[in-house]
Amino acid sequence: MTAALIFEQIINGLQFGLTLFLMAAGLTLVFGVMGLINLAHGSLYMVGAFCCAWVTQQTGSFWLGLGGGVIGAAAAGALIEALVIRRLYDRDHLDQVLATFALILIFSEGTRMVFGSMPLYLNIPNALTGTVALPGVEAYPLYRLFIILAAIAVALLLYALISKTRLGMRIRAGESDREMIAALGVDIKTLYTIVFALGAAIAGLSGALVGALRSVQVGMGEPVLILAFVVIVIGGIGSIKGALIGSILIGLVDTLGRIFLPVILKFFMENSSANSVGAALSSMLIYLMMAGILAVKPKGLFNASN
Amino acid sequence: MKKLVSAGIAALLSCTASVAYADVKVGMITTLSGGGSTLGIDVRDGFELALKQSGNTEIELLIEDDARKPDVAKKLADKFIQKDKVDILTGIIWSNLAMAVVPAATRKGTLYVSPNAGPSALAGKACHENYYNVAWQNDNLHEAMGSHANKAGYKKTFILAPNYPAGTDALKGFQRMYEGELAGELFTKLGQDDYAAEIAQIRASGADSVFFFLPGGMGIAFMKQYAQSGLDVPVMGPAFSFSQDILPAIGDAALGVANSSQWGKDLESDVNAKFVAGFKETYGRLPSLYASQGYDAANLILSAMAKADVSDKDAFRAALKQADFESVRGDFKFGNNNHPIQDIYVREVVKEDGQITNKIVGVAIKGHQDVYASKCRMK
Amino acid sequence: MQVTDTAPKPVTGFKFNREGATNVAVMAVLLALPLWASSVGEDYYVNLASLITIFAIAGVGLNFAIGQGGMVSFGHAAFFGIGGYTAGIAAFHSFEETLFMSVPFAISGTNQMLIIWVVAMALCGLAALAIGAISLRTEGVYFIMITLAFAQMIYYFAISWPTYGGEDGLSIYLRNQIGAVDTDHALTFFLICFGLLLAAIFVSARLSGSRFGAALGTARMNETRLATSGINPFPIKLTGFIISAMITGLAGALFAELNGFVGPSMLSWHRSGEIMVFVILGGVGRLYGPVIGASLFVLLETYIGEWTEHWQLLLGFALLGVVLFARGGVMGLIAGRARHD
Repeated sequence: MTAALIFEQIINGLQFGLTLFLMAAGLTLVFGVMGLINLAHGSLYMVGAFCCAWVTQQTGSFWLGLGGGVIGAAAAGALIEALVIRRLYDRDHLDQVLATFALILIFSEGTRMVFGSMPLYLNIPNALTGTVALPGVEAYPLYRLFIILAAIAVALLLYALISKTRLGMRIRAGESDREMIAALGVDIKTLYTIVFALGAAIAGLSGALVGALRSVQVGMGEPVLILAFVVIVIGGIGSIKGALIGSILIGLVDTLGRIFLPVILKFFMENSSANSVGAALSSMLIYLMMAGILAVKPKGLFNASN
Repeated sequence: MKKLVSAGIAALLSCTASVAYADVKVGMITTLSGGGSTLGIDVRDGFELALKQSGNTEIELLIEDDARKPDVAKKLADKFIQKDKVDILTGIIWSNLAMAVVPAATRKGTLYVSPNAGPSALAGKACHENYYNVAWQNDNLHEAMGSHANKAGYKKTFILAPNYPAGTDALKGFQRMYEGELAGELFTKLGQDDYAAEIAQIRASGADSVFFFLPGGMGIAFMKQYAQSGLDVPVMGPAFSFSQDILPAIGDAALGVANSSQWGKDLESDVNAKFVAGFKETYGRLPSLYASQGYDAANLILSAMAKADVSDKDAFRAALKQADFESVRGDFKFGNNNHPIQDIYVREVVKEDGQITNKIVGVAIKGHQDVYASKCRMK
Repeated sequence: MQVTDTAPKPVTGFKFNREGATNVAVMAVLLALPLWASSVGEDYYVNLASLITIFAIAGVGLNFAIGQGGMVSFGHAAFFGIGGYTAGIAAFHSFEETLFMSVPFAISGTNQMLIIWVVAMALCGLAALAIGAISLRTEGVYFIMITLAFAQMIYYFAISWPTYGGEDGLSIYLRNQIGAVDTDHALTFFLICFGLLLAAIFVSARLSGSRFGAALGTARMNETRLATSGINPFPIKLTGFIISAMITGLAGALFAELNGFVGPSMLSWHRSGEIMVFVILGGVGRLYGPVIGASLFVLLETYIGEWTEHWQLLLGFALLGVVLFARGGVMGLIAGRARHD
């Protein structure tokens, strides 16, 4: 275990965390503005990946596909907002969980009806294949670097949008006092649809970007969804900054845990059981961390309402 | 999705009214929805194709979807046994579902023909005269790859699999045959889809080869990311990560990978040619090894039906055990524990007419039997 | 906790109003069908009724937490699974004639259901004590997600723990026994489950009607009011959470017996969602709601599944319809809005 390898794994952890951020950002935005807990966010991630794969297949261009993924997910988001989600804003969380759980079933089975059960082919564009040398890392995949940059760009754009634009002002106003902005004559219905579609678009972007590196198949959104929830709960629900820090924390803990726990355990037990015990522990690690953080800070690290 | 495939069309074509045995009712429990449904669909399609080609009208097939849930599979098994009174169960893809269904069903006297899952318990201590596995014992393909690694001259292999029983069995199976040393061993999280950290470990380990068992989407993700990493160490694995249902999703990243399988679509025999051509014609896609296993399962049952009446359990079991059918994989016979003794091949992923598929390049291990057979009381 | 403040006070016993009449009718049908099915030799339907009954017990447990205490747990599969694994592990050691543990004192397996139930409920109570002690410090979405996280933790542990089969799970080769009763007989087993369902409903009703239940109800609606009346809401809620977990754990033990099998799928987050669905479909806070919810769920799963592979799509739409348009669940449709509205 050399220092260079440890450094490389830290980079990997950062990158994994930033991909999680893409997913968590939309989730936490929607919660912050509308107070909605949306389990179907993972389905929008899946829609983004499927649209991207389909458009890429039809046109031969990944970039058009990426656009297709974002637009497809945003459209799907706007549609379910108008038909379903809108009725859930003033319901309790239980109804929101159940209704969006139902949406997961509908999206998954619907996607299977349209695209079949086989995973789809989606690969990264030729321009981004290959590796680059980073300080301390001899060969780092270019595409992963691209994802890191994309995630940082999304974080900056969201920051700019919320703190600098008119829409962002309304979003902030909506977060702190919903009745108030309605009274001020802001068309709250449209604002909510826009915010939800924006969250969906980021989920779709994330699905399309990450889908090219993983497997595009029905159900791909569920593991990511649960991780994203862990992220936003740790970070403080509704806080974009919390989501960013939460995702990096999760990315680092998960990556370093699964690589180094077995190594550490080898000092105490024989190789093979150290490997499997280490893997078992590391799969529980982020949940342990979440429990620990919430035990001390029941509203997460950066609660938006504080 | 109950389907009565009394082979209606075939009935019109054939009039081979052989011996007047009682009809055989087969209940198929397989995964047709949710994750992993491509495997179930292939098993079902292969099975139905064999029935159609045989023209046999004395077999009635009932099909239900288990959605990959053990308790649903168990409920369906109860339904088939208690309500529909089937003679034979088949179809289960996953070991954990098989473990939920098979021990209880076989003890109650229902025959079970496994077209895919082969958990070690059912091959060893918990083997049963009513259980027949027409695919492989779970370890077989991994053992074959271990043997291949020796032949290929690998001395320092890095191995990885998810941390669950099938994963630990896979790595044990590989090491049972492999003679070189390990560059490293990693257990990943089940369902994991980012392998950057694992690939970095492989790179740092100085391995001369990589063996992995990551079924389904995990394997797709691993291969794509591995190809991106610029790492130039040869990769090998069991056929499950390179079967025809997922190869198109991996794309060129899979080219050149060695994988072990008891079957390949290019094996030369009349029955295999008939199977591959029939499958392509009927379903418009290339068959996977799962389809071949469904096809063989049906033919095994048909061969027993030609020899014995299913109501005479002893005679029917004896007929099954003879395995007097032409398997698409070539030579096939049952060992004492009703698991196959068979050749396992090495295949290579190639591009043929623009389609990504497998080509057999050699034999990994001949006449291979699983190691659990000696723990089984049956003769 | 943002659960509706309008959740009805559970009906204690059978009052002769529409809800009471519905309760009697549902229970009568649930009892009559398997009796009939058993008499004509269709054990399959008897087992289906047992499954409904077991799911209903799980729902009664969660309903106590949600309806009475306002604690929206998204992790009750953890207790369902712990109950199931208790039955499975006890049977495993009894069958193999090995010890569960030998240090500091020897514990062997057992095949006695009564012992298993007690142990299962005790273990679930302990787990709920630990989980609740941390989770109840949070509220709202945080509570939902932290209960989910704990269940996921146990799920991953079960998958990778090889002693008891990991993802393959454990088979219970011989159903556990109660003295000389033939529990393997389908109808007998159903009657046991049915009796336990009645017991669970009775306990839940009695508790809700007690001073403790009143305090828990107040904690749901207004914690500050409870606190100002000199009662600390935390131990009240924790006790409610533990009772809820114990009832669901009992259901898990029965589920394992019914299937002859336990595995990590009992612990998955989909299972937590399903138990929630039983509660919602029937109607939150309705004493017999989970019976209706579980019946509908099992019937939908079984019968839509027969005519289309895409049954999950229809299940999704059905669920969505109930949540959006039938607030108060099926019981709400039948019996009208709760009396306190």
